[in-house]
Amino acid sequence: MTRSKHKYRLTPSAALGFGIIAIYLLVALFAPWLTPHDPLASLGGAWQAPSRAFPMGTDSVGRDMLSRIIFGARLTLGLSLASTVLSFVTGISTGFLAAVSNRWVDGALSRWVDIMLSIPQLIFALIIISVFGSSTAVLITTVGLLDSTKVFRLARSLAKDIAAMEFVEVARLRGEGLWWIMRREILPIASPPLISEFGLRYCFNFLFIAGLSFLGLGVQPPLADWGGMVRSNAGAISFGLAAPFFPALALALMTIAVNLVVDWFLAIHARPSGASAEM
Amino acid sequence: MFKAIVSRLALGMVTLLAVTMLIFAATEVLPGDVATAVLGQGATQATVAQYRKQLGLDQPAPIRYWRWLSGTLHGNFGTSMTNQLPVAQEVAPRLRNTLFLAAFSALIAVPLSIALGLLSAIHENGLIDRGTNVLAVFAISFPDFFIAYILIYIFSSRLGLFPSLATLSSGMSLAQRIHHIILPAVALTALVTAHMMRTTRNTILSEMSKPYIETAFLKGFGRIRVIVRHALPNVWAPIITVVALNLAYLVVGVVVIEVVFVYPGIGQLMVDAVSKRDLPVVQACGLIFSAVFVSLNTLSDMLALYANPRLRRGAR
Repeated sequence: MTRSKHKYRLTPSAALGFGIIAIYLLVALFAPWLTPHDPLASLGGAWQAPSRAFPMGTDSVGRDMLSRIIFGARLTLGLSLASTVLSFVTGISTGFLAAVSNRWVDGALSRWVDIMLSIPQLIFALIIISVFGSSTAVLITTVGLLDSTKVFRLARSLAKDIAAMEFVEVARLRGEGLWWIMRREILPIASPPLISEFGLRYCFNFLFIAGLSFLGLGVQPPLADWGGMVRSNAGAISFGLAAPFFPALALALMTIAVNLVVDWFLAIHARPSGASAEM
Repeated sequence: MFKAIVSRLALGMVTLLAVTMLIFAATEVLPGDVATAVLGQGATQATVAQYRKQLGLDQPAPIRYWRWLSGTLHGNFGTSMTNQLPVAQEVAPRLRNTLFLAAFSALIAVPLSIALGLLSAIHENGLIDRGTNVLAVFAISFPDFFIAYILIYIFSSRLGLFPSLATLSSGMSLAQRIHHIILPAVALTALVTAHMMRTTRNTILSEMSKPYIETAFLKGFGRIRVIVRHALPNVWAPIITVVALNLAYLVVGVVVIEVVFVYPGIGQLMVDAVSKRDLPVVQACGLIFSAVFVSLNTLSDMLALYANPRLRRGAR
């Protein structure tokens, strides 16, 4: 058992990943104290080159790019976190429910998810947004619910394996309810793969929302997340200016960081624990 | 095997039918209905009723679904709400453009990724293997549009080799068209190559620990021959599956890439229709994308059944 203390020792790449995520979170939390300029004020010409006053230059209407990226962190990180949490709450509860209940419930839920997954996720989101219009609530709900289908599949298959084990059978015989079994018997064991999945789904949703905003169908002006900022500054590219690369790089760096952490976490939990007779 | 393939095909058809229902239902849950949404709050009761009748909205939902579905099957997607043109007329030329771009990208991406995957497997941990691994990480972490803009920045703004906007016009020759779609095609290739390449490599390498491979090595064959002649035929099924999956992904990735390059395809049309909330156009585009997606997935399963003798016999 002394091993478990050392189990979570950070590798350099994981430390880098955690470091970047921590910086992003701090930037999002303390945005008003960190911005050199007002993110909404037009202070200079459009697409000025980076300078001492504007470390990342200015955007399409002369606002400070750095300040806008700092404030954009709140929306970008917050929206994807909210939708991933929604996705996991929905996906895990329905997935576990499908695994522990009778085959009719399981069959109905699984077929439903199969159909949901046979429409490409982006296309599905576009259809929903065309019906409801784009607002923050629609965005979080749409992305969260569409993503929950993938969580459902993982949660269901994990819970199926666990539900066949003796201690779950014992709990059933003891007369515990479905909710108790799902929460107290299955969830603790299914947690490690679900946690690493959370990181991957977060990345996916993060890029997905950025993609929707980039298409002009996600976060609506005057609010701007990084995807929307790439969109509004895309015109600079044809003048050979690098303005849209700053928000795009901010997106890419975050995804890389989360992937580094997930790789590290997966490597720990893929290791044989020593208890398995098969290995 | 025949039975298994036919039943997979039937499942694909049922899925497609369910998808049409879902797309229809999704546009039905609109609070109020299309008529009030189009005419606005100020419209009188009579105008709304008239317009509803014109759109056929006074009919119950199952009948409207049936009309919509049978119309769709005959190539009649209804009328666009923004310009009153038949949707089919608007979609058809754009669909051709999109298929042209997607097919051209697939022609580059599939052979390239299988070749790179093979090379990485042959030279495991060699220079190519490490290089493709790094590229794969980048391709997966970067947003779709980022790669496209990097390409535009380098090859269009800086070097001036290719146009940054992939506009097509009817008078263009094939060579001109290809010149215009090189950048979007490369961007699309970058999106899908990483996954196909790594899967090819990994499935081959996981096959390499099998006894028959060891036998082949003991016979004195070289690594290239063992991989190409012995391992590769046995891993076609997973490779085909992942190729079809990525082609399906390519069809969706086309949406973002078309918007970046202002390419006159169906993805761009759909995004425009969504922002104008032109539901018939959204439905038609959504249906086409989903149909391609479902078909490719069905096709991949059928090909995998066909390519793998064990699946052939074991299939129910």
